[in-house]
Amino acid sequence: MTEMFEKLSLYMQYPFVRYALIVGVLIALCSSLLGITLVLKRFSFIGDGLSHVAFGAMAIAAIFNMTNDMPLMLAITILSAILLLRSGQNAKIKGDAAVAMISVGALAIGYLLMNRFSKSSNLSGDVCSTLFGSTSILTLRKSEVWLCVVLSILVLIVFVLFYNKIFAVTFDEAFARATGTKASVYNLLLAVIIAVIIVLAMNLVGSLLISALVIFPALSAMRLFKSFRSVTICAAVYSVLTAALGILVSVLADTPVGSTIVAIEIAAFAVCWLAGAIKGGVRR
Amino acid sequence: MAQLICQDLTLGYDGHVILSGLNFEVDAGDYLCIVGENGSGKSTLMKTILGLQSPMHGKVTTGDGLRRSEIGYLPQQTVVQRDFPASVWEIVLSGCQGRQGLRPFYNKADKALASENIRKMGLDALTRRCYRELSGGQQQRVLLARALCATQKILLLDEPVSGLDPRVTAEMYDLIDTLNKRDGITIIMISHDLDAAMRYASRILHIGSTVFFGSKEDYLKSDAAYTFRKEGETA
Repeated sequence: MTEMFEKLSLYMQYPFVRYALIVGVLIALCSSLLGITLVLKRFSFIGDGLSHVAFGAMAIAAIFNMTNDMPLMLAITILSAILLLRSGQNAKIKGDAAVAMISVGALAIGYLLMNRFSKSSNLSGDVCSTLFGSTSILTLRKSEVWLCVVLSILVLIVFVLFYNKIFAVTFDEAFARATGTKASVYNLLLAVIIAVIIVLAMNLVGSLLISALVIFPALSAMRLFKSFRSVTICAAVYSVLTAALGILVSVLADTPVGSTIVAIEIAAFAVCWLAGAIKGGVRR
Repeated sequence: MAQLICQDLTLGYDGHVILSGLNFEVDAGDYLCIVGENGSGKSTLMKTILGLQSPMHGKVTTGDGLRRSEIGYLPQQTVVQRDFPASVWEIVLSGCQGRQGLRPFYNKADKALASENIRKMGLDALTRRCYRELSGGQQQRVLLARALCATQKILLLDEPVSGLDPRVTAEMYDLIDTLNKRDGITIIMISHDLDAAMRYASRILHIGSTVFFGSKEDYLKSDAAYTFRKEGETA
C-alpha cells in the first residue's frame, strides 16, 4: 500500500500527470451534467455521433496541414449538433436514425480522407489513437490545458445559470414553448455546449468512448435518486470520482486511460444498480 | 371582448389540408369542449391555439387582456416523462418558467405560487415524491398544478382523462369543473367522451366532416351530434 502511494506521489511530480488529472476531471464533470438531459431526451448516442463528426473534421484539418485543428473541429461539430437536435422536432429521418447516419458517415469519410491523403508513416496508429485516445491525454500541452479549463468553467457557468430552463425544456418542450419559454434558443444553446464538450473530450478518451462519459453518470445517478437536482449532483460527483480514479489507476497499472475510465464506470454503474435495487426493494 | 378568437383558420401539415374555414370565439369563463372523430384535426387545432404550429391560413388572436403565453396547457403524457427523475415540486415550479425571461432562478413569489397550486390540487403530501412513482390521476393533478402556475385565466386540456379509471376520471372532471366555476378559469378541453362534454361544457365545437360551434343545447339538436353519436355506437 505504501509502495503504491510512493509511486503515485512520484508520478504526481510530473506535470503531464497533473495536467491529465485536471483536464480529465473537468471534462468528466461537464459531460456528466449535459448527459442527464441527453439521456432523458433520448439522445444517448449523440456523443458517439458527434465525436465521429469531430474525427472527420480532424481528418480534413490534417489534409490541409493545419497546425491547430481545434477551430475547424469546433465549427463542424457545433453545426452537426445543431442540425441533429433541431431535426428531432419535425424531421423525416427521426433522431436516432439521423445520429446513426451522421456518425457512420463521418467516420467512413474521415478514415477515407486520412487513408488517401495522410503523409504520416503510421496511419493505423494515428487512427487508433484518435478513436481510442490512447495516449493523447498524457501529451497535453500547457496551452491546451488552459483552453480546456476556461471552456469547462464557461460550460459550468452556463449550466448553472440555465439549470431551471434546461429542466423545463427537457421535461416538456411543448409546454415550455406554449407558455412562453424560448425552447428553440435553449436547444441551440444545448447543442453548442454539447459540441464543445465533445471536442474537448476527444483529447481524453478518444471519440469511441465519449458516449460512456455522457451516459454512465446519468444512468447510475438515476438508479439511486428521484429528483432532477439530486440526480444532477450525484452524476457530477460520480463522474469526477470515476474519472480521477480511472486516470490514477491507468498511470499506476500502465493501462490505456480511456478504457480504464470506462471499465471503472461500468463497475460503478453495477454498484449503483445494485444499491438502487436494494433500496427500492426495502421500500416496497 | 372574447379571450380567444380564431378567424377563418385552415389547418394541416406538409401542404395537406385537414380543416378549413374554422371560426370560433371563447369568452372568459366559458367551458368549451372540442369533440370530433380521430384524425379530424383536434390536436392540430390545439397546437395552433398554443402557437406551437402556425395555421396555413387565418389567424388566432387573444383579447380581454390575455397574452398568448398565458394559456395554460395540460398535454398528453409523453414517453420522456414516464421515466423522468423529477420531484412533484420541481415539476410544478417549472410552470413559472415562462415568465422568467432571462432571470436564472425562481424567486419567492414563484415558490409561493407553486405551493398554493400544490395545495389546491391536494398534493401537499406528495410534494417531495418522484413523479414517475405516482398514479395516473396524481400525475395529471401535478401537471394541472404546473399549468395553473403558468396561468390564472385559461386552460387547454388535451384528453385529460385518457387512461384513468372511472373513479379517478370523475374526480378529474369535478376538479376541472371547480376550476371553471369557482376560480373562473376558462376551460378548453379536447375530449372523446361526449357524455362528459354534455354534462360539463357550456359550449361545444365539433370538427370533422361537419363543423358545429355553439351552445350544447343547440348541439344536441344538430346533425353533427347525431352522426357522431351513431358512429360511436357502431364503433
